[in-house]
Amino acid sequence: MSAVATEITYLEAIRQALFEEMARDANVFCLGEDIGAYGGAFKVTDGLLARFGESRVIDTPISETGIVGAAAGAAHMGMRPVVEMQFIDFIANAYDILTNYVATARYRAFLPCPMVVRGPSGGYVRGGPFHSQNPEAGFVHTPGLKVVYPATAEDAKGLMKAAIRDDDCVLFFEHKYLYRRVKAVMPEGDHVVPIGKARVAREGTDLSIVTYAATVWKALDAAEQLAREDGLSVEVLDLRTLAPLDDAAIEATVKKTNRVLVVHEDTRTGGLAGEITARISETCFEWLDAPVLRVTAHDVPLPYAPALEDFVLPQTADLVRAARRLAAY
Amino acid sequence: MATRTAARTRAAPRRDAAAAAARPADAPPSAALSRAQLLELYYWMRLTRTLEERLVALYRQTKVVGGLFRSLGQEADAVGSCFALERRDVMSPLIRNLGAMLVKGATPVEVLKQYMAKADSPTRGRELNIHFGDVGDPATTRGFVGQISPLGDMVPVMAGVTLSFKLRGEDRVGLVYVGDGATSTGAFHEGINFAAVQGCPLVVVVENNGYAYSTPTSKQTRAERFVDKAAGYGAPGERADGNDVLAVYDVTKRAVDRARAGGGVTLVELVTYRRKGHAEHDNQSYVPAGEIERWAAENDPIDRYAARLTGEFGFAQDELDATDARVRDEVDAATDVAEASPFPEPLDCLTGVYADPASAQPLWFREGILNAVERNERAEGWGTYRASEVTRTEAKIAGGND
Repeated sequence: MSAVATEITYLEAIRQALFEEMARDANVFCLGEDIGAYGGAFKVTDGLLARFGESRVIDTPISETGIVGAAAGAAHMGMRPVVEMQFIDFIANAYDILTNYVATARYRAFLPCPMVVRGPSGGYVRGGPFHSQNPEAGFVHTPGLKVVYPATAEDAKGLMKAAIRDDDCVLFFEHKYLYRRVKAVMPEGDHVVPIGKARVAREGTDLSIVTYAATVWKALDAAEQLAREDGLSVEVLDLRTLAPLDDAAIEATVKKTNRVLVVHEDTRTGGLAGEITARISETCFEWLDAPVLRVTAHDVPLPYAPALEDFVLPQTADLVRAARRLAAY
Repeated sequence: MATRTAARTRAAPRRDAAAAAARPADAPPSAALSRAQLLELYYWMRLTRTLEERLVALYRQTKVVGGLFRSLGQEADAVGSCFALERRDVMSPLIRNLGAMLVKGATPVEVLKQYMAKADSPTRGRELNIHFGDVGDPATTRGFVGQISPLGDMVPVMAGVTLSFKLRGEDRVGLVYVGDGATSTGAFHEGINFAAVQGCPLVVVVENNGYAYSTPTSKQTRAERFVDKAAGYGAPGERADGNDVLAVYDVTKRAVDRARAGGGVTLVELVTYRRKGHAEHDNQSYVPAGEIERWAAENDPIDRYAARLTGEFGFAQDELDATDARVRDEVDAATDVAEASPFPEPLDCLTGVYADPASAQPLWFREGILNAVERNERAEGWGTYRASEVTRTEAKIAGGND
């Protein structure tokens, strides 16, 4: 038995997953910008080069299309590449090859793409327009890609291991606000969290908050406040995987509480909350006691100044306000 | 099958002992080709042209479902370059590399079925023309990765294919075709730069055929020669007359040998000419008068090669005629098989988007699948439905998409 179980950060959990999967399977290798000697912009790949060498930890030119394309080609040949986007915002440069090529390769031509594209995403860190985006909606919309976005350190590790073992391309969004802010003791052994399953982060009976990533923690704070100040019992559903969506879990929470608030950090128009709302109205209309409400970012590029960023992104107070309106409907 | 016979000939090359003995040390690679291989090159070019002519006939009968893209006048560049590869190597073609696909092992019946969108086509009716692949174990697969339409994207993909060869220490080479137009894309640059930096065993073939859709090369780039771009990547470059099949073979073989020996990326420019439009519907109104006719009369790659075979290589015209007849028979037989094949069942389109789940969620309002959906849909949500199961039970959807 190990001595004292220590908590590790969300970032360290991802790093552990990479180490363990590279040690387990010689076909797993990492590629990306500055991931080698430097250990990555956020140090997620720190130590990988020393442990696994240059052939399995490949520093690449600045070329997102080239990196993703090379990963796809290697994946066709039986490798399991893990691509780092230095910031997930830069995935836009690879949008063509991901959506036109990687997402369709299996369907069109029976070419498997077992690969992971991972990177730091999200705001609340004063990163400004090019270092704070949440581009998941466009990829959730593309059949052939899976999208994972964990909120906890346990899930960050368990879902990363599942993503690397998955036989399809998984886009793995890591919330940089959570990198060093959330911690947990890792479960013992080979900790794998299945892709496609949501998690009830807090049980409740009066209303549901359906969300993912950093706003899970805002939702938990809001639920606590609503319990304290309003006597409301709020359920929080952490989606964990955005494609495929866990329809059964969404349906279950709607039928339990009959009132739903969908929350995400991404902008509103065309965002995932719209899709979730539509699914609820198609399958659970008769179970609803109130319209489904959304709390999202404003439809603007994310600004830099603290006062501006705070105003644009969903805050706990916004969730509390929306939940009160929903409960009173 | 006859095409297999030809492929076997190439797999076990037999040099003519006398010719090999007489060959000088600096002789081009083609000097080592046997008489059977020389005739085989002719066979592949003739097969490409005859198969495309058959596709034109089927297109006019509206049996080709989508567009038709010809490689008329470019048969030598596709065939000669791919002939430099071994079976274990991997190649990614462009739309006008039907000849390369055939050399690498794709069969006429597969190509006909693809164009006609048949259920048992290589992509089961999901893709068109030569957009199909066969990679995996080199002992059982033929080693081609179907191209895709956003041009240039296959260069980084083939960088990755060849990176895997390098990482695993496999004695294999990759070859990717791009046109003059694709060299303008970012993906082309990113892919070749990545492969060059990593020392991947990759040959990048730029087919300079004068036009990208309707855009002449002069509006594509200020560069006089694409081969000059190689220097920008720190890679060697070679240029050849793309309508001379042996010259094409020579430059590509040298590049392939260099890659196999650890020499990394080579850029090969093949200068040729596109005698048909971008696709069959393109009237080529943008082409200067007389240009096409001049290339057809003076620089047809098959005519040129046939003249060399009967001239300097001493083949009898009868041998070429017999090859032509064999090609016609093969294409006739393949056409019969392809025409007799069924079209795909609509429900089959839901499978294979992912490895798991095995099929996409069917939409409830599609007539014919309602009952099946009622049984399965709500049990576990996304992915519980199995199209194959429904195909067996509910089966025949009357009208397709509406």
